[in-house]
Amino acid sequence: MTLTEFVIATIVKILLVLGIVSALAGFGTYLERKVLAFMQRRLGPMHVGPYGLLQVLADGIKLFTKEDFVPQNSIRPIFMIAPLIGAASAFIALAAVPLLPEFKIFGITVHPIIADVNVGILFVLGVMATGLYAPLLAGMASSNKWGLLGAARTVIQLLSYEVVTGLSVMAPLMLVGSLSLIDINNYQANGFKEWIIWQQPVAFVLFLIAGFAETNRTPFDLLEHEAEIVSGFATEYSGMRWGMFFIGEYTNMITLAFLASLVFLGGFNEWGFLPGGLAIILKVSFLFFFFLWTRAAWPHVRPDQLMWLCWKVLLPLAVVNIVITGLVLMM
Amino acid sequence: MFEAIAFYLFSAVTISMFIITVMSKNALYSMSALAAGMIMISGFFFLLDADFLGVVQIIVYTGAVMALYAFGMMFFDATRDVKENIRAPKLVFLLSGMTALLLVLAFVAPIVSDHIQALYPVVDGVENPQAVGIVLFTKYLVPFEVAAVMLLVAMIAGIILAGKKMDESLTLKIDGDEEFQNKGSK
Repeated sequence: MTLTEFVIATIVKILLVLGIVSALAGFGTYLERKVLAFMQRRLGPMHVGPYGLLQVLADGIKLFTKEDFVPQNSIRPIFMIAPLIGAASAFIALAAVPLLPEFKIFGITVHPIIADVNVGILFVLGVMATGLYAPLLAGMASSNKWGLLGAARTVIQLLSYEVVTGLSVMAPLMLVGSLSLIDINNYQANGFKEWIIWQQPVAFVLFLIAGFAETNRTPFDLLEHEAEIVSGFATEYSGMRWGMFFIGEYTNMITLAFLASLVFLGGFNEWGFLPGGLAIILKVSFLFFFFLWTRAAWPHVRPDQLMWLCWKVLLPLAVVNIVITGLVLMM
Repeated sequence: MFEAIAFYLFSAVTISMFIITVMSKNALYSMSALAAGMIMISGFFFLLDADFLGVVQIIVYTGAVMALYAFGMMFFDATRDVKENIRAPKLVFLLSGMTALLLVLAFVAPIVSDHIQALYPVVDGVENPQAVGIVLFTKYLVPFEVAAVMLLVAMIAGIILAGKKMDESLTLKIDGDEEFQNKGSK
């Protein structure tokens, strides 16, 4: 494959991933409303289209046609850049994730990964973490007290849960001995019993909890906790700039679901009679549903409870898990 | 060709970001430009196939500059310009300028020297993280361990300084509401 072909293939992949994932992120908002509604014995959106399916479209029209409003005393350039950082970093993180197994179409072998970085998992986690600059900058630039509180909460959340994510992934990485997501996937190639979750159940739980905090989903969505700080960092935003934060958030949820299924749940290996591609889509869908399920089932936590959970429970657990894994590996 | 384009793009963006960091009077602009510049530097590592170092650059500086923002939030109103009270601006300019020049010269010097050779050349088939690990645990073992001990000392000091009243919840602390406070601590 020549360089030009490689560049063209990469651009096609980028466009496909951008289009499909942002559409899925939009559809995710519909799913979220429906799942929450059914869990709370309501119907959710019903009026626009069959079963409210066109609600996403209506929301899109609303967001695009709303006035793009910038408050007077805010710092204009940073206020306007912040939502872009959120959406862009979410998609850049997705670039190093192998989405499906290799397949052939029209006689060409396709690797469904945009950039095969050999330290894939670190790249994805690192770039996802930069996504938290979006709420931080938004909160600080909008010269609003609620925004500033949201920004302050972003800082504590990022600085503490970065550590837990890193440490919880460390133990499975010690087993595999590679940072490449494809190697991690191939390590679990021999079927259901080889999934890393059976060897590292603690790490899986810690990773999911830290993932909720990194994508700021309920129970850890302190950055925009309506009951306390109006809408946190997003208080001053309207229209598509507001929408961009949420495209970023849903994309991050999808990325995290892919990461969890690749590292812990057997990735895109064949699962019994299921082909690999279908298997990973099912796992990712389940994890996405799990995000919504948790939102319906759990109350918010207070910031001090979040810190308590992180530093006094999760961090010691993660370290103990690494030490035990190390001892077992040495024997 | 693509490498050249990427290199010049990253250099232009990095340099302009750091210029904004130094020149801007607004703390929020400076810090955002600093974060952007630091993350753009990782682009050079990726161009040199040092993926691991590039990712480390992103992860470390995301957290580090984020902590800087926390201080900025506490000390400044981020939406206003900062008025610095410098008594001898020429002296400060001279000293910091000379220091910067010295640093640049020190780091650029190996380019003109012929005596520099890689002691630990890249081995084929060894990936980035492994290569870093080999050097870290052979040649640089002592500095690595010393750094680890220093970090441990700093961590313990930080816990002792900050943790005097760790069992009390600041969120539940309301002036004159002792009963509520007691309820929260149980």
